[in-house]
Amino acid sequence: MRAPLSWIQEFVEIPSSITVEEISDALIRVGFEVEEIIKQGADLTGPLVFAKVLSIEELTEFKKPVRYVGLDCGEKETRYVICGATNFAVGDLIVAALPGAVLPGDFAIGARETYGKTSNGMICSARELGLGDDHSGIMTFAEGTVKIGDDAITGLMINDVIFDIAVNPDRGYALSIRGIAREVAGSLGLPFKDPVDALRSLTFADTGKGVPAKIADPTTASVFYLRTLSNFDPSATTPLWMRRRIEKMGMRSISLVVDVTNYVMLELGQPLHAFDKSKIKGGLTIKRAGKAQPFTTLDGQIRQLDPDDLIVCDDAQPLALAGTMGGASSEISETTTEIALEAVRFDPVCVAKNSRRHKLSSEASRRLERSVDPSLAEFASARFVQLLTENSSAQHVATVADGQPRFSPVVKVDPAYISRILGVEISPAKIAEVLRTIGCDVNEKSFEVDPPAWRSDLLSQADFTEEVARMIGYDKIPSVLPPRPKHASLTPTQKRRRAVSAMLASRGLAEVQTFPFTNQETIDFMGFVGERAATYRIANPMSEEFPLMRVHLVPGLIEVAQRNISRGAKDFAIFEMGSIFRSSQKLVPFISTDLSKRPTQKMIDEIFASVPPQAYHVAGLLVGKVENEDWQGKARDYNWQDAIEFAQDILQLCNLDWTVKRSDFAPWHPGRCAELIVDGKAVAHAGELHPRIVAKYGLPERSVAFAVGLSALPDSALVRPNTVGTMPAALQDVALIVNSDVSAAQVEGALRSGAGELLESITLFDRYDKLGDGKISLAFSLVFRAPDRTLTGAEVSEMREAAVASAVKATGAILRTA
Amino acid sequence: MNPADIASWISDAQKAFSAANDLEALKVARLAHTGDKAPISLASRALGSLSPDEKASAGKLIGDAKAEIAKALAVATEKLEAERDAKVLLEEVVDITLPVLRRHRGGLHPITIIKNEISDFFIEQGYAVEEGPELESGWLNFDALNIPADHPARTMQDTFFIEPIESGVVLRTQTSPVQIRSMLTQEPPIYMICPGRTFRADELDATHSPVFHQVEGLVIDKGITMAHLKGTLDNFARHMFGPDVVTRLRPSFFPFTEPSAEVDIFFNGRWIEWGGCGMVNPKVLTTCGIDTDIYTGFAFGMGLERTLMVRHGITDMHDIVEGDLRFTRQFGVGL
Repeated sequence: MRAPLSWIQEFVEIPSSITVEEISDALIRVGFEVEEIIKQGADLTGPLVFAKVLSIEELTEFKKPVRYVGLDCGEKETRYVICGATNFAVGDLIVAALPGAVLPGDFAIGARETYGKTSNGMICSARELGLGDDHSGIMTFAEGTVKIGDDAITGLMINDVIFDIAVNPDRGYALSIRGIAREVAGSLGLPFKDPVDALRSLTFADTGKGVPAKIADPTTASVFYLRTLSNFDPSATTPLWMRRRIEKMGMRSISLVVDVTNYVMLELGQPLHAFDKSKIKGGLTIKRAGKAQPFTTLDGQIRQLDPDDLIVCDDAQPLALAGTMGGASSEISETTTEIALEAVRFDPVCVAKNSRRHKLSSEASRRLERSVDPSLAEFASARFVQLLTENSSAQHVATVADGQPRFSPVVKVDPAYISRILGVEISPAKIAEVLRTIGCDVNEKSFEVDPPAWRSDLLSQADFTEEVARMIGYDKIPSVLPPRPKHASLTPTQKRRRAVSAMLASRGLAEVQTFPFTNQETIDFMGFVGERAATYRIANPMSEEFPLMRVHLVPGLIEVAQRNISRGAKDFAIFEMGSIFRSSQKLVPFISTDLSKRPTQKMIDEIFASVPPQAYHVAGLLVGKVENEDWQGKARDYNWQDAIEFAQDILQLCNLDWTVKRSDFAPWHPGRCAELIVDGKAVAHAGELHPRIVAKYGLPERSVAFAVGLSALPDSALVRPNTVGTMPAALQDVALIVNSDVSAAQVEGALRSGAGELLESITLFDRYDKLGDGKISLAFSLVFRAPDRTLTGAEVSEMREAAVASAVKATGAILRTA
Repeated sequence: MNPADIASWISDAQKAFSAANDLEALKVARLAHTGDKAPISLASRALGSLSPDEKASAGKLIGDAKAEIAKALAVATEKLEAERDAKVLLEEVVDITLPVLRRHRGGLHPITIIKNEISDFFIEQGYAVEEGPELESGWLNFDALNIPADHPARTMQDTFFIEPIESGVVLRTQTSPVQIRSMLTQEPPIYMICPGRTFRADELDATHSPVFHQVEGLVIDKGITMAHLKGTLDNFARHMFGPDVVTRLRPSFFPFTEPSAEVDIFFNGRWIEWGGCGMVNPKVLTTCGIDTDIYTGFAFGMGLERTLMVRHGITDMHDIVEGDLRFTRQFGVGL
């Protein structure tokens, strides 16, 4: 929302001792963020004059249009200038910068030779004068609005300060000069002159029959004013002061009737719509569209109306999308002589829905969906009649109204509540004073507060508390620490995540965070199938390239690896921790509740259950060498063992027991993927990535990866340690020959189960695969220890033989003899 | 075998041992003064021919002398061995300035680091660290936070919706639904923060990302005032930006707080918008079944990326989201 200081000053007398920066600070203090202070004209010096175009010579020998223009600048001689714009004709009034002038951007104007002519000045566009972004052509003025030879800096009221203000959505009233001026006055402690006061007594005599106005459904609009005017001369022009104010607000001057509707909206905040009365059949009714039908808005677009759209229609057809945009068929045109002016207090939600359904945010809808002062339908439409009749031949015919303004209820406020919330003692008298400043009526005995018509947001004590706080200043609230609550700590899950990430980081992996989006091609190429491939689709993704939620962390890691490789990195290891989004349940329809009370426990449970579970994973990708090669020599490549080791390290860190088995699991190499199983559940996979994936994404050959489902891991059990034995240990080695498809884990498991309780540890110390005949040799060393005695040779031999027998039975192993 | 002779044997041996300047020379001296033909050894052997009386007194003299000589030998041996070792170890000198770091440098993502740091700060003050799902119910993300459908506030945040739209499931636009979850599942007093990933349909540019992180805080207790909110934010700001940072609350609007404020910090010579905050809107408390006559509360929230960028002088969001290791590794593990 823009607000020119010159306009604000019409409603607040600001002493000249108060600087522009102080006014800006005053706005910020009460919650209006000033995003920019535009000092218009600060970098502009004349001479700048109004002039009339006397002659135009088109210079045709150049690639672009160039005109040699004769100007009457109120001087004795005709002045000639070169101009590249073409949006003007002989007889037009324009603004010219004469030699000696300096335009914004330190652009000095002088007499100069160009295109074979002498140019003695410049015809200016709005942008060249720093008045706006409009560069579509030079500024032109209607006959009678400016005087040839007059100083245009004064004439165009260029020297002004424009505040660009961010208005919060609960403060629709501040989308008007009236609202902003009130805040400036309140914040600076200055008296405010409400422009509406002068309109309250304004009445117009009916001289004929007005267009009927009707609200079909009172929930969609509370009050509807329809003012009929006739005898309008469509050649009437907008006075320069009004045009300039509209331009300073960042809008464009269009025609007198439209300009007056916009001017009143900017001044008071009530959107107005003017219809060409001759196009209306019968009366105007506000109602729902009722059925789908095409409708052409005045921007020329054909829109399909939704049955639920709120429209303004005549007896035959829709004429406007209510509060959002008028229709083309009844638009004010160059031949309009009779006008029907609509001012309605629409229901904010109806307008918001209109606007959202048609993706059409207009100046009108922006205000109406934030709620407009319901008393303004009458006063703003009166202001329209006043301005139009003063500036044209138009005459009031009749005013028709339907409905009544509905105001916010009176709220009983407890002054003690306000102090209790703010943490600072504020006297009831002060509270009353502040609330009156913002326009409330306050009964100081009962503390019943009647909010002003424009503050439909003041509904509860909390709302008034904020008003008091912002008007006394948030800086008056002290800074105190709350009472120290009970002890807290990280949860076991949070501790685990921290430990895992710290472990990986300390072992050379760098953490990355990727966007959790993916697409079907990636899911398919990775080889994910079934429930590992099912995910949720974003209805409005950032990019159609990534419309799905990720089902795995490895594809994101691959993307980051590619990026690092493309920037010159060769050997590195990365990991990510985060949620994945496999669609494990069908989403149920939205559950809504009565928000004025706590939902029932059953509803709460249903709401919680409507959110699908989202597994939390950690995954790593290891590419290239395990170490940096340097003067100490070469380094080996990362291999499948490294990936599996990291996965096992994570389980070990969580103090869990697991078993390992080979798995054919995407996106890994089907022969080189380990599955780690805890409590019968596969919780982690690791190994070499599938060569097809490695090749497609340009990773170094045999890149490896691991993924652990952290949220699938059971809690760590309380440790109940075994007593440490001090008796001597007995060491036994066994070498077994097995078929090469027998896994080391199977053999180790069999030895372990056969060896009995006194087996302390078992280590595979050699693996020999050159035996031929599909056989390999696995050599284990077994350590036995009894807690209470030294084991005898016979005992140890017996346990060793039992272990071997178990392995023979389970895996077909043959004991290898030396 | 008179005592004077014995004393001279001792002093001869001592002199010889201390004169030896390496272990080889000491060996020669040792043989000369303690070997079979050394005077003390000869005297020792001659003891056998003495009378029992003489044997007792002479034996003691000889024994003491042997001990004296052995002690001198031990001293000399220790000294020479130390000298030899020092010499050998000196020859084994290496250039210990040679680069030895071969392992890749790992590290945590700076967002993780700042998240941990903030969590630790609040845990120390008794706040729990709560988490919630990123794919979230629209009821928890909007309705319960007093952001009804068709309210303009709902359009303040460009939301990613999950199909089917009728489910109302969204990618959470804020971590506030975690606050609602806490209020629905716990009894006050509640002191919690909820750091986490959030989503809004903003194009990635130097200062925005469609995927970003927030940390929010919520306190619900008896007698909680806006002054407590201010105190907590001041404390938090000083922890993040140093003891000299100044905060400012500026009136603002959030549907879930009333009064609401933006919190600005004055850092490195200018005012910077840090986050939003306010007193929990009684409507929100009511929806969560908390008795507003007994309890009041405050809430605040800020962007982790923004906090990180302001504090560390990072100018481009791309560095935070791209995962270029040259950027991430600079942060180490945040120590």
